[in-house]
Amino acid sequence: MNAAPSSQQHKPRPAPLDFEAELVKLEDRITDMRKWADEYSKTGQDPAIAQEIARLEARANEMRATIYRNLTHWQRVQVARHRDRPYTLDYINLLMEDFSELHGDRHFADDAAMVCGIARFRGRSVALVGQQKGRTVEERIKRNWGMAGPEGYRKALRIMKLAEKFHLPVISLVDTPGAAPGVGAEERGQAEAIAKNLFEMSRLQTPILVAIIGEGASGGALGIGVGDRVLMMENCWYSVISPEGCAQILWRTADAKEQAAAAMKISAQDLHALGLIDEVVPEPVGGAHRAPEEAARILGDRLEENLNLLAAIPPTELLERRRNRLYAYGQWEEREVASR
Amino acid sequence: MGWLDAWKAGFARNAKKAIPDGVWVKCEGKGADAQLGCGKTLYRRDLEENLWVCPSCGFHMRIGAHAYLDLLLDEGTAEPLFETVMSADPLRFKAEKRYGDQILEDFRRTGRGSAFMAVSGAICGRPFAVGAMDFSFRGGSLGSAEGEKINRLIGFAQERGVPLVIVSQSGGARMQEAALSLMQMAKTSARLAEFAETSLPFISILTSPTTGGVTASFAMLGDVILAEPGALIGFAGARVRETIKEDLPPGFQRAEFLLEHGFVDRVVDRRNLKEEVARLTNVLAPV
Repeated sequence: MNAAPSSQQHKPRPAPLDFEAELVKLEDRITDMRKWADEYSKTGQDPAIAQEIARLEARANEMRATIYRNLTHWQRVQVARHRDRPYTLDYINLLMEDFSELHGDRHFADDAAMVCGIARFRGRSVALVGQQKGRTVEERIKRNWGMAGPEGYRKALRIMKLAEKFHLPVISLVDTPGAAPGVGAEERGQAEAIAKNLFEMSRLQTPILVAIIGEGASGGALGIGVGDRVLMMENCWYSVISPEGCAQILWRTADAKEQAAAAMKISAQDLHALGLIDEVVPEPVGGAHRAPEEAARILGDRLEENLNLLAAIPPTELLERRRNRLYAYGQWEEREVASR
Repeated sequence: MGWLDAWKAGFARNAKKAIPDGVWVKCEGKGADAQLGCGKTLYRRDLEENLWVCPSCGFHMRIGAHAYLDLLLDEGTAEPLFETVMSADPLRFKAEKRYGDQILEDFRRTGRGSAFMAVSGAICGRPFAVGAMDFSFRGGSLGSAEGEKINRLIGFAQERGVPLVIVSQSGGARMQEAALSLMQMAKTSARLAEFAETSLPFISILTSPTTGGVTASFAMLGDVILAEPGALIGFAGARVRETIKEDLPPGFQRAEFLLEHGFVDRVVDRRNLKEEVARLTNVLAPV
């Protein structure tokens, strides 16, 4: 059984990101010309058209490379939120075989914002957990914009325990604007559910491989983000709060989101430099939303290699390494207090 | 005078200083507790003797980490731990203010280098490892220094084979340390998972307010979770709560609400906390 088909094919063309508006215009023009050239090719090729397409292609390539080489922190946040960006189920469809989604936390409900299941991945069985966003209005509502509630975190833990029992490695795909706030989430213990996951994931007796594939917002991301290796795709963000939230609190206006994004050092490159993630996974030039298949192939290769790496570590050593890695997180000062 | 002596001398002094000066004190909450309290004017000395619980309405006024350590530990037994671990500014974070300046400011005002105080001491004669977060240092938020001190305290309890108590009072993770702060949730939770292998009790005490990343990590991981009456406890903090477009049920995110929904074991009057901790621990793990 396969997962629900990706909604990529029936999407309306999204409004382009402000900084790539010109690029999108050019890409659209190339697409139109190709269509036109295809129709005319039935009656005979016009070499001038092919030449013009090649010229525009070259320009678009250069433009993509330039824009994406120089992305600001805030622009990366925008790319991470792009509607065409592959989501958890897209990667599952592109990379996994025999995927069976497994539903429900066995306590209260099934949370569609968290997708869990088991599958075959390049010759091995794996367990999967990950937040899922939606593209259409209905899908977004159903998936609660990728904001999981306590049920989602408890379901994820249930599947991780299942993985432990059957000795499957866990692949966790993180993409969330945050854990669900709200009355119901509080009543059913959102904080307890996340805390429990942090606790249990730190001692789960099977490899856990985490990949941040979009947004990594706060405890909602970390709630499935504790692992032996943490990968982060190039155009993602991961921090303690969204840039808008941080700006609202520390600058007293959400307009300061660009400064907040930069100040919090939320990019994959930043987190790698801080030693909080292990690997930055490159994306196709122009971002994962431009070439989902290629993005999936690159991610798939990195997942495979890291799973091989983790499979070679004896279980007791794996846990010890995981713990020591977590214990080392943070930067503080160590000094004698002068007398007062 | 060395830093240790200074710290000890400051211990008693600061415990009182955390509370507004003057002979008379009005029974009223601040911040998240602003709507609480009966508004009566109370004689300061009565309040102090009553551990800052209003004798008239029972409202638990906010007290600091020093005060909690004072009321929990046997007199003269508290020895500070890990005071050399201090907040730093690893990201060189600057919003309207420089984070580095804010740390210094709080250090000068409170005499402390972080929002977490760790001590070794005795409760009703039994040795304990006790820690408390303090709202007066960066809103009691969880940064790298706090996470490190919590982990060392858990390690200390494990090494000495003594029970652990942590009093939480925090707005959550510390934004100015961004992802480094977030990871303290995982770091402390993982340390508690290792501690859980020992069968030593961990009693988590939630006071007002306990929200965000602190609630979603070590504070909710107690073998027994106690909460002060009326304490605000939740995942979503005040600013996130404002964005919830739902009618909030009465008593939302208060200690009694969490008790009703099954997320704290007991709501305990501050004046009984010490006895409660001693009793629970002695039943769970008799000496």
